[in-house]
Amino acid sequence: MTETQQKLIEVKNLKKYFPLKTSMFSKNKQVVKAVDDVSFHIYKGETFGLVGESGCGKSTLGRTLNRLYDPTGGEILFDGKNIANLTSKELQPYRKRMQMIFQDPYSSLNPYMNVEEIIDEPLEIHTSLSKNERREVIIDMLEKVGLKKDDLEKFPHEFSGGQRQRIGIARALSINPDFILCDEAISALDVSIQAQVINMLEDLQSEMNLTYLFVAHDLSMVRHISDRIGVMYLGKIVEISKSEELYDKPLHPYTKALLSAIPIPDPIKAQNSKREIITGELPSPIEMDTGCRFRSRCPFAKPICAEVDPQLRKVDGEHLVACHLY
Amino acid sequence: MSDNVKDKNSLLDVKNLRTSFYNGNSKTEVVRGIDFTVQKGEILGIVGESGSGKSILVKSILGIIPSNAKVDAGEIILDGKNFESLSKKEKRAIRGRDIAMIFQDPMTALNPLKKAGDHLVELLIRVRGMNKKEAKLEAVELLRMVGIPSPETRVNQYPHEFSGGMRQRVLIAMALACNPKLLIADEPTTALDVTIQAQILELLKKLQQENNMSVVFITHDLGVVATICSRILVMYAGMVMEEGLAHEIFYSPKHPYTKALLNSIPRVDGEKTRLKPIKGTAPSLQSIKSGCPFAERCEHAMEKCFMEVPEYKNFSATQKSMCFLAGEEDRLDD
Repeated sequence: MTETQQKLIEVKNLKKYFPLKTSMFSKNKQVVKAVDDVSFHIYKGETFGLVGESGCGKSTLGRTLNRLYDPTGGEILFDGKNIANLTSKELQPYRKRMQMIFQDPYSSLNPYMNVEEIIDEPLEIHTSLSKNERREVIIDMLEKVGLKKDDLEKFPHEFSGGQRQRIGIARALSINPDFILCDEAISALDVSIQAQVINMLEDLQSEMNLTYLFVAHDLSMVRHISDRIGVMYLGKIVEISKSEELYDKPLHPYTKALLSAIPIPDPIKAQNSKREIITGELPSPIEMDTGCRFRSRCPFAKPICAEVDPQLRKVDGEHLVACHLY
Repeated sequence: MSDNVKDKNSLLDVKNLRTSFYNGNSKTEVVRGIDFTVQKGEILGIVGESGSGKSILVKSILGIIPSNAKVDAGEIILDGKNFESLSKKEKRAIRGRDIAMIFQDPMTALNPLKKAGDHLVELLIRVRGMNKKEAKLEAVELLRMVGIPSPETRVNQYPHEFSGGMRQRVLIAMALACNPKLLIADEPTTALDVTIQAQILELLKKLQQENNMSVVFITHDLGVVATICSRILVMYAGMVMEEGLAHEIFYSPKHPYTKALLNSIPRVDGEKTRLKPIKGTAPSLQSIKSGCPFAERCEHAMEKCFMEVPEYKNFSATQKSMCFLAGEEDRLDD
């Protein structure tokens, strides 16, 4: 993290609603509030982790701030400039600075393109380099992610999952971006390969001064890689904190439940730990009324939780929580 | 498990099991001579990365391998009876009644055209010989037992009306409908969120204790194994690298692969240090070479390791490891 703590990305009241298909005669149009009034920021050079159960909106939030989706409302400040409402043409210079690594290394690479063509595509679009110059960049990039020059002519099917993910990373980094969205970037990989890719992402971050938004459901890995972490529940960020502090002193009842559900690879600790097993499941994001969204599963719910939606508030320093208990 | 522990307590005995995939003239051996025992009332974990052969191992035991695969050798003894000597009909009776299985993907394991309850009713009529009315009542009870709220209405709902966690509960109810002696769970929580995973693990543990069932739990998640299993097999490239009690595997692992695997995962309960990955990638079983399958990625590999497969060395009545070095702790603990 840089000492000045400059913000690279600042999101203010971001909303992304998806309309549901309803019959042409029905009056009230239903919407899924996948991201509902979310505000947070990411400092230059830091890794911000985003965790939550499936369906909580973490991927939608990532994709909306990368402008892969058009936001329904709110602001996205990228290096101080609001990019929430830019047209695709106006966005072009920002696209070059924001790249993405996808979850599935099998479907995110075009099987008909060889490695050179895959990594060349963003270079061709975003830079004015000649074919030969681009080739040099590509070879340089391949070496950075631990692949060889001989791999240029190969096709994705000739690589293992971990190697494919390296190709995806090389593609994302080839145009020297500032910001990378890693959406479950290591979830599809084997345990022994995950560590290789994580170490590489960390090395590349310090080498190329990158900022990461790391979206994942593997809470141990998120703790490992992130400087700060945001916990999402049904379209809202309910807690933001420095990563060690979040795991040592979680405040929100949902964060507590989520963290105590992590299986610890230590038989004595795992079998003796008192787990606060959260009952029930994520409610439907369609029929949401007023109040705190977690109250149906919360052991500490009070009458006020049904009436007032708690706002994200600073508790101390960098620790923010949205809960009436604090 | 070494011979001195093999006693009347064992429910399932697998000896020298070998399974291969056949493709034209080429043969790929994916289960390469595996021995293990499942004790009555224990939860045995089988850990391994994808492609290590853990799923095909249990499928070989059940006899539900794909048509291009074949069990080449091995003995499977369930509760004193040799599986191979049984007729097809007898085998079929054992599957579902004595051995049940739950799969990884609860989204595809249920028939979308059948109500959740009918899956259970059919099973109860066929295996437990109930009439339709009894079966329906029992189905409601089973759904209640696995923690599905308002089971009376849920029995009449279709799979698409259930969430992933609830479908996995329906599958567990189906597996337990006939009081099996052995439950095989193949990555049953991998597709679920951590909070739902914690619920399902708790449920499986509770049901296992209540029914005194044996469970074989397959997973790649070391955290899950530590939470639920009392004994563990560590598999790699179709072979068992190490076997031992959960405590032995986690606190005094002997095999370099087990050690490397434990070192490569981040911990939520410790200091943040740089991860120690295992170099290289898992070998392709099609081009398997002689010697120890882990040799290529092993930090301690010697010349010998590439030539011959090491024998198992026993460390206790319950722990054994397949490595030439095992036991020379000083060299391994660097």
